[in-house]
Amino acid sequence: MSHIPTKDEICEPENMVYSRTCLLTDNALSYCPGCGHGTAHRLIMEVIEEMNLQADTIGVAPVGCSVLAYDFMNIDMQQAAHGRAPAVATGIKRLYPDKFVFTYQGDGDLAAIGTGETIHVCNRGENITVFFVNNGIYGMTGGQMAPTTLPNMKTATSPFGRDTETMGYPLKITELIANLPGTYFVSRQSVHTPANVRKAKKAIEKAISYQKLNKGLCFVEIVSNCNSGWKMTPLESNKWMEENMFPYYPLGDIKVPK
Amino acid sequence: MATVKGEIVVNTERCKGCELCVPVCKEKTIAMSVNLNSKGYHFASSINADCNGCTNCALICPDGAITVYRVKIN
Repeated sequence: MSHIPTKDEICEPENMVYSRTCLLTDNALSYCPGCGHGTAHRLIMEVIEEMNLQADTIGVAPVGCSVLAYDFMNIDMQQAAHGRAPAVATGIKRLYPDKFVFTYQGDGDLAAIGTGETIHVCNRGENITVFFVNNGIYGMTGGQMAPTTLPNMKTATSPFGRDTETMGYPLKITELIANLPGTYFVSRQSVHTPANVRKAKKAIEKAISYQKLNKGLCFVEIVSNCNSGWKMTPLESNKWMEENMFPYYPLGDIKVPK
Repeated sequence: MATVKGEIVVNTERCKGCELCVPVCKEKTIAMSVNLNSKGYHFASSINADCNGCTNCALICPDGAITVYRVKIN
């Protein structure tokens, strides 16, 4: 019978199959336990590392939980005013057309205060990439209702549930911008299971590589949990997300290049 | 027949005890430790030698706390 290796023999550098990417800084992620932001950060940084783009990448983080991205992403980052990340990214990309420019925004930022910037940047077809983390709530400020909050979903500012008669319907901004001719690749993914993480990484790879083609804006939505805002454990929130968020926000590519 | 054997190393200080890695491990190798890290979280730890290095736990971990190793045994 062959020799069964011990733990120390297995844990040698040449046997390593997965480790945290060096493009994430050593700072401990300040997101809540189980938050999808950490996974989304890691996937974007892994793709940038694999494509060897670290020196040529400029990220724009606006306001919300996503603002913390510049503490964790070991690339050049620019802070923008609330909702204005696509406008700032437009300026950066026009000045440095050879750089890879992306924004990393949440739903309160991209779909509420920044709706105008989002729609017009897509309509102009700027050659940037937008990563949109949608958790249906304002996470950082304490779980208030966002435009993406589901009907009858309870939040701090809709304690009896979102009443669509007075508060309107959840905004499907990804479907909205997919109709604009300026967008080139639009996809909706999630990061709550290993299979979905692999799919999301493929979509992020496409969104980054298509930017070189200068054919228009690439947009990747990541439907994520907000277990603190939803008042659930991480595992419960992922289950709730599967049962409630995905019927309204179905996963998959919405617009693919012909 | 060649088989694979894996091993995980958890960065216990980085782990926040969210438990997302526990149900994704098909070999039931991961459980939460009874001990706490310096922030007060019960961190994930490997409890048996059944790991096959599939990397599911590392993919799902929001904090990138898990490093996975894998070897082939002939």
